[in-house]
Amino acid sequence: MSTLHAALAIARKDLRIEWRHKTALLTATLFAILVLLIFVFARDPASVPLAAIAPSVLWVTLALSALVALNRAFLLEREHSALEGILLAPVARQAIFWGKWLANLAFVLTVQAIAFPLWILFFNVTPSLALIAVAGVAVLAAIGFTAVGTLFSAMAVRTRFAELLLPVLLLPFMIPPVFAASEATLRLLAGRPMGELWGWLRLLALYDLAFLVLANLLFPVVVDE
Amino acid sequence: MMGDAAPLVFAQGVERKFGPVVALRGVDLQVTAGEVVLLLGPNGAGKSTLLRCIAGLARPTRGTILVAGRDVHSDPLARAGLGLLSHHAFVYDDLTARENLRFAAALHGLDGVEARVQDALGAVGLMRWADTPVAGFSRGTLQRLAIARSTLHHPALLLLDEPFTGLDAAAAAELRHRIAADRTAGRAVICVTHEPGEAWLPATRVVVLLAGRLVLDLPRPDSLEEFRVTYARAIAS
Repeated sequence: MSTLHAALAIARKDLRIEWRHKTALLTATLFAILVLLIFVFARDPASVPLAAIAPSVLWVTLALSALVALNRAFLLEREHSALEGILLAPVARQAIFWGKWLANLAFVLTVQAIAFPLWILFFNVTPSLALIAVAGVAVLAAIGFTAVGTLFSAMAVRTRFAELLLPVLLLPFMIPPVFAASEATLRLLAGRPMGELWGWLRLLALYDLAFLVLANLLFPVVVDE
Repeated sequence: MMGDAAPLVFAQGVERKFGPVVALRGVDLQVTAGEVVLLLGPNGAGKSTLLRCIAGLARPTRGTILVAGRDVHSDPLARAGLGLLSHHAFVYDDLTARENLRFAAALHGLDGVEARVQDALGAVGLMRWADTPVAGFSRGTLQRLAIARSTLHHPALLLLDEPFTGLDAAAAAELRHRIAADRTAGRAVICVTHEPGEAWLPATRVVVLLAGRLVLDLPRPDSLEEFRVTYARAIAS
């Protein structure tokens, strides 16, 4: 059994379970909508124009809703110690990481795909080609923080307070991609030249690569007893 | 206890610690094809820990464990011929029995998945519940599914940790029959139990662990009653 086939089987299984209930998807989406609404109503319209905070709000919303989504990644493996069933299979431990990461990425991208148009609507963002580039930045950022989130989710699930521990572990590691993505979004919406963007995009790509490699290396240590 | 054949399980000097607690103390055990080993001992003797180490779920603090000549912790192929029936069913509540078995089959890279799943469900009498989500299963039905999952790939080495828990008389008899069939087919079985009578007849060998040490290892005696006396003496000593 190749690592790829095992990873795809694990991802399919996770997505099937999620599709059947949609509980986590609905929770994460509702959470994203609530965060957007809180920012809309909490600002002072006289002193803070929507356009000024729109990029930051987008990234705070996407990061926090991703956190809700990532929390569920290994919780479903707790029931009947299902993770051990996977560990017994004749596949490399890394296959579990890649399978979980794929499912998490699909999940986070789905939440982003729902939250993104709502952000455009709530923050009166002018529809333009730049929004396609912002969506691309969102995918680039999601790749990295789902990699870190998948690793930390596997670590946290062995503790009694997994739901509380994951945000504490993960949020500091989300700061670099959220900051870079927010800066890139700000420049894209302002129509700044591409030269100003490359640095932030390179940072995001480097973050993705570094954490995919690191998570792949560390995952067997995390899941082994 | 060993035959001429290369052992399916080769454990040497296995020690396992959980912090200050020593669960296994230098256990040596070899199991060859066709053996059915009853692994006995009081609570906390280290039986389940030993099974978990052999299955690759727990790493020994010291010592060597080979399954079919391969290091079960570093070589995934060592796990291809290994099945574990544990206290947990290793299944998902939100999937049906059939979907759970399909997933297990996919992880093992099995061919003819649908036929295998159908056979496995039939063998444990789960056809009626095949397309029912596991969340609604009783303890006994869940245990039947766990048996189907652990034997789906016809493992050469089957590790059973108190397998009779939750089974009714008919299902328990069926499991004993299956263990005997595995022995005849040249597979090896290690069965952890508190009650030796549960799997006495298909057993070929009895091993007793006490406080992490292997204190008794002998061919299965003819008389269960005589063995109970020996077993009581071993524990008392």
